[in-house]
Amino acid sequence: MCPRTLCTLAHVFESAGLSTVVLTPMKELAERMKAPRTLHTDFPVGLSLGKPRDNKFQHEVLQAAFDLLQEPEGPVIKEFPVSISSVGNEPLVCSLPPRVNTELHPAIDEAQALKSAYDRAHQKNKRTSIGMQISAEKVPEALEKFVKIVEGEQWDEVGFPTNSMYGTVHDIRCYYEELACELAEGPIGPWSTEEWFYDKTAAGQLILQARRVMKDRDVEQSIWFGLAPAGRT
Amino acid sequence: MAVFGKDEATVRKFGAGMAIPEFGEPSFNELKSLKHAKVAIVTTAALHREGGEGFELGDNDFHFETLPRDARDLTLGHHSVNFDRGGFAADINVVYPIDRLQELAENGTIGEVAENHYAFAGNQSDTVSEIRLDSGPLCAKEMLNEGVDIVILTGT
Repeated sequence: MCPRTLCTLAHVFESAGLSTVVLTPMKELAERMKAPRTLHTDFPVGLSLGKPRDNKFQHEVLQAAFDLLQEPEGPVIKEFPVSISSVGNEPLVCSLPPRVNTELHPAIDEAQALKSAYDRAHQKNKRTSIGMQISAEKVPEALEKFVKIVEGEQWDEVGFPTNSMYGTVHDIRCYYEELACELAEGPIGPWSTEEWFYDKTAAGQLILQARRVMKDRDVEQSIWFGLAPAGRT
Repeated sequence: MAVFGKDEATVRKFGAGMAIPEFGEPSFNELKSLKHAKVAIVTTAALHREGGEGFELGDNDFHFETLPRDARDLTLGHHSVNFDRGGFAADINVVYPIDRLQELAENGTIGEVAENHYAFAGNQSDTVSEIRLDSGPLCAKEMLNEGVDIVILTGT
């Protein structure tokens, strides 16, 4: 996200003899840093080219970026004419599987039932962002630890290695978001997979519940705060 | 309370209030011909090859990863919970428009797509002195050695 790093690199590269264009929604910072050429893209953070799976839109953004190379002097900032908001977008249309094994916690049952969709997505895209802490195979086992926290066990007695809870949730969320992109009908709107994960899935609900439980038990904030975006309760 | 990354006013305020380094008289290189230019992408999305070491948490990892042109087994190493990761999960081009550049090279809009592209971690020290004085210049040198003319810089 950090636009300061982007603008710094632009200065470094330009002083070495390269021509640069920064794409960023952080116009004020690009102005203050006098980045040589900036295309102000009023898009949600995480979406530099605006719209996933929309080749035409992405080409329009790139064309606007390349147009800046015709400017005779800088620093120069131009506005991309289309804005995309983080809010008010269509929700993700992604069905969840029915219960398979009612003896399991709903989140564990759900994660197991979705494994084939994750595998399909991984095979198709040949990439995954899971791996910060656990593999896809370990997602149900990791969720079991959160079930134990919700049921009353202490967070540091359910089997999380030191400093691993944040990375574990990162991987669980990636698992769900990557398979959601495989299963979803229609476009993937800004924040739609995040909203689907925390608002609709049993796994997301379980993690939010465990987060609330730890907060109520006065567990140190650094343990539970990063398990969901700031502002979620 | 709004979710941080979705609250556009808060995100803008965060960016506007960030400490910044001084650069003196900035350089600005004119480009002669886009049609003959070699283009590279540099992203601060902390991308790395799947199974690679990737980036460390915190503000002290100033190294960069080299992403060969044909590599698509890319992992998003920017681990913050406060941004939309679904876009990258659906399409790497929304962060790293490598396929779009290939198409522009094929239709003659640009001259060539660089053989190598590069990723840094966006979270750096407040002075950004490490990427200014060390890894940034080294990355520039690698691009110049390959004959790159234009760098498109994207973040997350």
